[in-house]
Formats: sequence, structure tokens, C-alpha cells
Amino acid sequence: MLTKRIIPCLDIKDGRTVKGVNFVDLRDAGDPVELAQRYADEGADELVFLDISATEQKRKTLAELVYHVAEAINIPFTVGGGISSVEDVDILLKNGADKVSINSSAVKRPELINELMAKFGSQCIVVAIDAKQIDGTWKVHLVGGKVPTDIDLFEWAKEVEARGAGEILFTSMDHDGTKNGFANAALAKLSNLVNIPIIASGGAGEVMHFADTFKEGKADAALAASVFHFSEIAIAHLKQELKKEGIPVRI
Amino acid sequence: MKIIIIDYGAGNIQSIKFAIKRLGYNAVLSHDTEEILQADKVIFPGVGEASSAMKKLRASGLDGFIPKLKQPVLGICLGMQLMCRHSEEGNTQGLGIFDLEVHKFPNSVKVPQIGWNQIMGLKSDLFKGIPESSYIYLVHSFYAPLGKETIAMSDYAFPYSAALQKNNFYGVQFHPEKSSSIGEQIVRNFLNLS
Repeated sequence: MLTKRIIPCLDIKDGRTVKGVNFVDLRDAGDPVELAQRYADEGADELVFLDISATEQKRKTLAELVYHVAEAINIPFTVGGGISSVEDVDILLKNGADKVSINSSAVKRPELINELMAKFGSQCIVVAIDAKQIDGTWKVHLVGGKVPTDIDLFEWAKEVEARGAGEILFTSMDHDGTKNGFANAALAKLSNLVNIPIIASGGAGEVMHFADTFKEGKADAALAASVFHFSEIAIAHLKQELKKEGIPVRI
Repeated sequence: MKIIIIDYGAGNIQSIKFAIKRLGYNAVLSHDTEEILQADKVIFPGVGEASSAMKKLRASGLDGFIPKLKQPVLGICLGMQLMCRHSEEGNTQGLGIFDLEVHKFPNSVKVPQIGWNQIMGLKSDLFKGIPESSYIYLVHSFYAPLGKETIAMSDYAFPYSAALQKNNFYGVQFHPEKSSSIGEQIVRNFLNLS
């Protein structure tokens, strides 16, 4: 049986791991390769690296990091952050990334999804969507959730699926950093609307939040950062608890 | 031991190269038929779309060459699918090593299947020491059904072939290079085949 995935997310700045609380305050949480190795050993199903650095050397630094991560770990990982062209993706995949995640660049130029699908296949394209409720409707936000758009979350999700995304990583800006649980109503709606896997992100604070997002939110995978980085939740323990809840997990 | 990863411009080959390196061996990328013939083990990777991958194989003349290899050959993911007779993806004529037709998963399940699933009904030395129902990592929209060459099955919508074998040819739908310690053992088993 296909299992539900637990995905630690490592925010990367200039080659180091950081995690923003509500995407603003940054705290150092270690060396990415070492952290990746630790998570792989603890039973993480997959990893996401999100590069938030904005330097000119960014591309080269990220490609080098991808190479070292691929060299060290034996579980799949996704790389995102500022990817905006076929060439960007080519470099990351060649260095050993399994999947890439695109966000603002896809909103600005949706054809990018089609181009990436044609060249690399859907299986390695994750479209990340940051959204927030404005007057009761979910609106897509850009630049790490800072800039609102008029685009409806659900319309956009359908479009990215049609254009060839292999997976959607949905972050609720209303829940991110709150530790009050995932946006399960919106997640369930997304999961019913599209026929590609949905990764839930934003709001993980305790073990039961993960169980809820798999049951109520119908998520295929759940992503979190700080609860893992600061050892508030151990992945092995989390998976045991999910198993007790009747959720299929890899142990 | 000389290990060649067939390089025909399809997909991410760095991961399998690293996986072999972690086991203490060095794998070389090549599309040179003379060099491939000298190899003890041949890996046939593949990620992406079937018809364009097959076009690349034909353009380099590898389509007629691969089925004649005598040493152990391991097709991974799309590599395994291309070793079948035909794929629904892009209506593609395959290498015809395995007598199976590759189809797309139905919409009753999410497509692609992404994540960790279990392998069962394990046969052949490729799975030596691997417990039944072990977890492996898969990413795919198309599948090979069960057939006489099936040496491992998995279940998504229905049981299908997770691995195939015919003589010296092996194919795995999953990514052993991304399947943690279980995958590592499967790669080691392949390298230990005689």
C-alpha cells in the first residue's frame, strides 16, 4: 500500500539551514547535509530544500549543495527557491536533485510548467502554492507569501495540473508558523479537485496535526520544518503514532 | 568490477552513480558500444517521457544493441518500461525484452504514484535477503502489468510488476538508489550477480 509521506523542509540561505517563523525571523539550525543525513536515518520519507538566499552566487552554491546532498543521502529530495527556467532545473537535476519545486516563476509565466514537463517529465515537477484567505476566498501569494495576487487557489491548482505538474505543495500562509494544525478544509478540497498528490504545509505543531491532515485534509504527504529542526517531534515517534491511528506509513 | 551506466541523455543519472559509489564501486557513464560490451554490469536508467527517450536510443543505435547484451543489465524506472514490448506513453515501441505492454494508471488513483510502497512475491537473487513487504520508493504514471517475467509486485489500484527478469535482463519500476537501506541492498545484490 502506498504510504503517507513525512517531509522535513530545510530552508537554505547561503548554504546553511534556516527556518523562518511566519517567514520572517530566521534561526540557524545547522549544516544541511548533516541534517539531511540525520532525517534520512530517522525515517524521513523525503526532503525539501528551499533556497531563500538572494546572492549572485546563489545558483552555483545551490548546485554544489544539491551535489553534496545527493552524494550523501539515499532518499529522494526536492529543491526549490528562485527556479525560473529550464536551464535552472537542468543544472539541479544533473547534480542529483530528484524533483524541483517552482512557485512565483510559474505564476508569472505558467508556460514554464509545460516546458519543464516536456523536457523532464511531470514526475520531477512540484508546483508550490502559497495561499492565504482574503475575505473568505483563498488567494495565491508570491515572494514567500508576501505579495497577494487575484488568483484563486483552486483555479490555479487545476491549471498547474493541466499544464503538467506532478505534485502540488500547498502552504497556507494563515497556518504557517502558528503550530495550530494544517489547513485541512482547503487541503481536502484541493485533493478532491485534482488527481495529483498534494503535500500539506504550514501549521504543524503536534503529532495529531499530522494525523488530521492525512485523515481530514486527505493529504498525500505532510511537510514541516521547525517541529523537526528543534526536536519537538521525532520522526520515528511521529510515524509510530500515525500507525496507531491507522494511517499507512513506512516504518 | 566495471560498471557502466548507459548514457543516452535521459534523466538523472547522478543518483544511481552516487548509490554505487556509496557501496564502494565506481560507475562510468557511457554510450560507447565497445565500452559497454566490456562491462561486468550495465545499468539502464531513465526518467522522463517514453517516446522521446526511445527516440534518443534509436538515434544512438542503442535500441538494437541493448537487447543483445550478455552481462547482467538493470533497467530502472522508465528504463524498465522501455525494456517492455510497448508503452501507452506516446504510443512507443519498446526494446521488447519483456513481453509486456505498459499502461497508464487509471484515474481512480492519483497519478503519478509518488512515494513509498511495498514489494511482494519476491523472486530471483536480485531480492536476496530482502524481506517480503519491504518499502521502496516509486514515482511513475505508467505501469507494467503482472506477467510471467514478474519477480516482484506492488499494489496501486491493483497489483502490477514492481520488478521483471528475463535471463540476464532485470528491470525495477522503483528507484533502488532512493530506497534507503533496502534499495542499497538491491543494488548490492545486482552488482553481486554472476
